[in-house]
Amino acid sequence: MSVNLTLLTVMGALYACGIYLILERSLTRVLLGLMLLANATNLLILATGGYAGLAPFFSKDTDPHAYNDPLPQALILTSIVISFAVTAFMLGIIYRAWVLARQDEIQDDVEDRRVAETPSFDAEDDAVIPVETSEFPLTMLGSDGTDVTDSVTDAAATDSAAKVKAGAKTMLAEDAALEEKPGSANVHPGPEGGVK
Amino acid sequence: MSIASFAPLAVVLPILGAALTFLLIRHSHAQRAVSIALLSLTLLLECWLLASVWGGGTEAVNIGGWLPPWGIVLVVDQFSSLMLVVSSAVSLAVLVYATGQGMADGDRDAPVSIFHPTYLILVAGVSNAFLSGDLFNLYVGFEILLTASYVLMTLGGTGPRIRAGVTYVVVSVVSSVLFLIAIAMVYGATGTINMADLAIKLAELDQGTKTLLHVMLLVAFGIKAAVFPLSFWLPDSYPTAPAPVTAVFAGLLTKVGVYAMVRTETLLFPGDSLNSPLMVAALLTMVVGILGALAQSDIKRLLSFTLVSHIGYMVFGLALSSVAGLGAAVYYVAHHITIQTSLFLVTGLIERRGGSSSVDRLAGLAKLSPLLGLLFFVPAMNLAGIPPFSGFLGKLGLMQAGIGLGTPLAYTLVIGGVLTSLLTLLAVARVWNRAFWRKPEDAEHPDPVLLSEPKDSATGQRAGKANVTLLPRTMVGSTLGLVVLGVALTVFAGPLFALANQSAAVMLDRSAYIQSVLGENVPVPELALGGGGK
Repeated sequence: MSVNLTLLTVMGALYACGIYLILERSLTRVLLGLMLLANATNLLILATGGYAGLAPFFSKDTDPHAYNDPLPQALILTSIVISFAVTAFMLGIIYRAWVLARQDEIQDDVEDRRVAETPSFDAEDDAVIPVETSEFPLTMLGSDGTDVTDSVTDAAATDSAAKVKAGAKTMLAEDAALEEKPGSANVHPGPEGGVK
Repeated sequence: MSIASFAPLAVVLPILGAALTFLLIRHSHAQRAVSIALLSLTLLLECWLLASVWGGGTEAVNIGGWLPPWGIVLVVDQFSSLMLVVSSAVSLAVLVYATGQGMADGDRDAPVSIFHPTYLILVAGVSNAFLSGDLFNLYVGFEILLTASYVLMTLGGTGPRIRAGVTYVVVSVVSSVLFLIAIAMVYGATGTINMADLAIKLAELDQGTKTLLHVMLLVAFGIKAAVFPLSFWLPDSYPTAPAPVTAVFAGLLTKVGVYAMVRTETLLFPGDSLNSPLMVAALLTMVVGILGALAQSDIKRLLSFTLVSHIGYMVFGLALSSVAGLGAAVYYVAHHITIQTSLFLVTGLIERRGGSSSVDRLAGLAKLSPLLGLLFFVPAMNLAGIPPFSGFLGKLGLMQAGIGLGTPLAYTLVIGGVLTSLLTLLAVARVWNRAFWRKPEDAEHPDPVLLSEPKDSATGQRAGKANVTLLPRTMVGSTLGLVVLGVALTVFAGPLFALANQSAAVMLDRSAYIQSVLGENVPVPELALGGGGK
């Protein structure tokens, strides 16, 4: 099977330019790159058909090897139609992107950026377990889970207004229990209705 | 006249439907009726095809009377007809869901008139890819479904959809160009693109050429199937599309890629030459995908990552190249199409009911709508692989096949599979805890519709209209139908697994496929590398 060297060189150049162009951020250049890649591939398919021979119309006296291989050309025809449709659609989408954003560049995904910047700490899953609000351990444990000293326990036994550590400050155990209930006085609704 | 003579109808009927609905573009009621009727007819036809090859048997039909290996061949076997039935059932459910959404919101706001023809073209492309018996027709099937998917992805032309659409189109076109280059090289090396003919002629090539062609085809299909290093595009582009479109993409598009990989591995390049790289890719796909899912707070994005992750299970089964592994993978594909699609449909309902698909904003849905909770819970547990659901059975089959192979890499994959299953459970349990179980007051930024009294909240503001039904019966009904289909896959797991194993045995044997296409007396070549690990 012999191949046309000029076609091969052109094919290589088209692939090189096409790959360079689709790596650009500008959408028009990406489109041009895709068109070059599609055409380079068409040349590649043409090359697989071998040398240019006679048109494949059957006549009795012709040697079968003199004919051209028609199958690659049928494949190229299909591939041209497909790349035509895709190019038309890409042009439409690029125009729409231009109308919406007034720039010819691929935009970043906002949600993607947001997730990337989110710290690994999750307020709901990872927070220190808040003050225990059941009756028994309340006087035994502080907010950080450590034992409250015996003296405090003794004080709690004598003093009905038990105190617990909540973060940096000390607060009354009853208030701490209240804070756990939604809709309590300590919960200030945010502008969108949630808790800030 | 064999049963396969009716196989082209699976492609022709949806295309006919697309033409009709395009003519009826101004009559939305007629359009809905025509598209649902023709898709149901296609589904019935495909059920008949599946029933006729259920007990075994491969049938081929030559389109236009051109004899193979020159003409286009459509092949009906157990695997392709099973895929056809599952994909059409899922597409029908999504179509009903989409028309329900269109009717509830009014057609003004989205160009739904374009939706029906495009959707039917997509179904035709999927059917063509499943039936195709030659590489170029497979390429054409891919292009039909991709071109339709470009339009569906950017439906409405809003900013985010155009942004996601550009990435999606460029990646898809590049993968198609790679596929086309691979086809050209295959043709240059062998002089044929008929898959049965290739199965014979590729065996005669030297090992280097064979590996090159093999890798090129796998890379092209790997982009379409979203196998790990090539899966970057999927979570970026799927979530922005309308809910029914995302659902059908998630269910079908990647699975067509997996289907093509299965055909490549079993029919064109049998043996275990690339099994180790495939296993590593499967492991990375599973683990990296599910780790990505854990970082997301948007349910659609989370599900897109689980989609990538669970593609890894199918590649795992494929890479084992044993009857048990491939059979489990076939069952897993059918299970995953159904479950992933129903989860995306439920997410669409959650978005309507709760006003958002972000778990930071959702809360208290279990109380507002227990039915929605049930619709989410069953497929979510199914996806995570909790017994007795089909997800568990599929994963169990894969684990058994992996342990049966017994190499260190296979054991690593089994451990990775269990880990991925547990992390999937963690991801969906997070969604469940936040969106369904916690009180609306506890959400960071709850939607006002969640805080209103249950009796006032059957309708709300959607798509710029007041008093829109939040959970229309058609949408809930079609989702319920799909969830029930998922449960049915569990209930009828016995016969289905038997079918999957039988189809795997037939695919690994290859002689049925080759002889049905090229004739009974064609010699089938011996497997190149000592039985391919059978």
